[in-house]
Amino acid sequence: MCGIVGLFLKSDRLERELGRHLSAMLVEMTDRGPDSAGIALYGRPLGAADAKLTLYHRRRDHDWPALGAELGAALGARIAIDAKGNAAVVTLPATQLDPARAWLKRHKPDVFVTSWGAAVEIYKDMGLPKDVVDRYRLGAAHGTHGIGHTRMATESAVTTEHSHPFAAAADICLVHNGSLSNHNRLRRWLERHGQSFESDNDTEVAARYFAFRLNEGATLKEAFEAGLKDLDGFYTFAIGTRDGFAVMRDSFACKPAVMAETDDWVAMGSEFRALAALPGIADASIWEPAPEIVYSWTRS
Amino acid sequence: MTHDPSGAAARAERASDGAVVVDLAQTSVRDLNHRLHRLTVQSNERLWRVLNAAGKHALAVGLNQPIEVVVIGHTGYFSGGMNQAATLTIEGHAGPGVAENMMSGVVRVRGNASASAGASGRGGLLVIEGDAASRCGISMKGIDIVVGGSVGHMAAFLGQAGRLVVCGDAGDDLGDSIYEAAIYVGGKVGRLGADCIEKPMTPAHRAALEALLKQAAIEHDPAAFRRFGSARKLYHYHVDNADAYA
Repeated sequence: MCGIVGLFLKSDRLERELGRHLSAMLVEMTDRGPDSAGIALYGRPLGAADAKLTLYHRRRDHDWPALGAELGAALGARIAIDAKGNAAVVTLPATQLDPARAWLKRHKPDVFVTSWGAAVEIYKDMGLPKDVVDRYRLGAAHGTHGIGHTRMATESAVTTEHSHPFAAAADICLVHNGSLSNHNRLRRWLERHGQSFESDNDTEVAARYFAFRLNEGATLKEAFEAGLKDLDGFYTFAIGTRDGFAVMRDSFACKPAVMAETDDWVAMGSEFRALAALPGIADASIWEPAPEIVYSWTRS
Repeated sequence: MTHDPSGAAARAERASDGAVVVDLAQTSVRDLNHRLHRLTVQSNERLWRVLNAAGKHALAVGLNQPIEVVVIGHTGYFSGGMNQAATLTIEGHAGPGVAENMMSGVVRVRGNASASAGASGRGGLLVIEGDAASRCGISMKGIDIVVGGSVGHMAAFLGQAGRLVVCGDAGDDLGDSIYEAAIYVGGKVGRLGADCIEKPMTPAHRAALEALLKQAAIEHDPAAFRRFGSARKLYHYHVDNADAYA
């Protein structure tokens, strides 16, 4: 099963309420996925010189300040680290983003990088959606848009590494309801083309696939449309980018999705009840996204 | 919300038109359905109004008395499933599987319906005033479905009996692997599914369609429709079709 949600604000009017609405949508989808939950929150992007990483450690009392000091010393750069639940957000010079990821991979294999970029922070963990929302204080978060996932695992283990959203590239991530049937073959193919994997999860393959296409020079739209051809299986995806939001479904469209739009926001959920409490929903335009169509919005 | 088998705690009241009003912001779906299931032929609670549907699942399923239920709001999965005799109106959009396995009675959706509307329905009438998504009437077994708007792909997939009327357009793979259901489409038709063909529209078909549209209270010119059904080549075993059975 699994539940997915997304909320994209068209103006800055509701930015202080993003976390509250997105969290409520996520908790409403608990029945569809009580194993794990996650949210990708997009805030105002940092300046061009800065970037951030979101990290996860399975121990709640992990010594993040010590890790921050060690990382800063290794990079020879000023960094800031802000702990939240089992996660921490590292802010650092943009030029240090790739060296930091490489250093963490080499020296801190127990630290899991959930996201990187200038705008996104991904918080995901095992447990009921409500517990995850509380642990990371997601209800209080401000931002421009976000996507979320409640997981009922069907094809791989229940761990934080296997939960969604999956980062695909800097500021690009996705959530998935469904299952891919060609993910093993596609993973081997992507590995041969230089992509590396954190898990055996099918959705991670989709994320790495989009990362690969973008890396090749495809636009977002081209990457998603290529995915419609190359990803075999069932999927409804919600995708976040630095300033955009997209939804797409496979040709069978058997994984549910409902969308709603007002002058203030665009929202998607696996079911209408995820959207039922949004402000202005009574006057929203509501529809079901058609198969094999990439629906996308960009913040101007 | 805890289950209350007696229904006594359910906060229901009578409106001025005599309707029993049940607010799902106050009452669980289980209590609502339990109260509806307890009705008998003698019950005088014949009109029900359900508020704050808010996408909840399985609203008003398994009704078996000729009562009228009006749901205000959008529904989740399977509303009106297994209906017998009752008339259910959804004043909003319906989630997946509305009126699935309906036996008789009427289910009317004022808005759009999600996937698999009327799935496996054996009888009765399902009216969707807006559009229906994919697999509308999948495996229909005698139900009549009238859609005021358009339907998505694979409508009437494996349809065995009954009629699907689409006033707007029908998506690809219409009537795939169809048995003996009848399909009428007023607008454009995408690719036809396996073993589905267009058939001549006779005066008798037009008269029957006119009567069905009238019954459904959907205004559309019966002369505008084309008729589709089974070529009957797939479900009768024929050695030349062996590839298609795989």
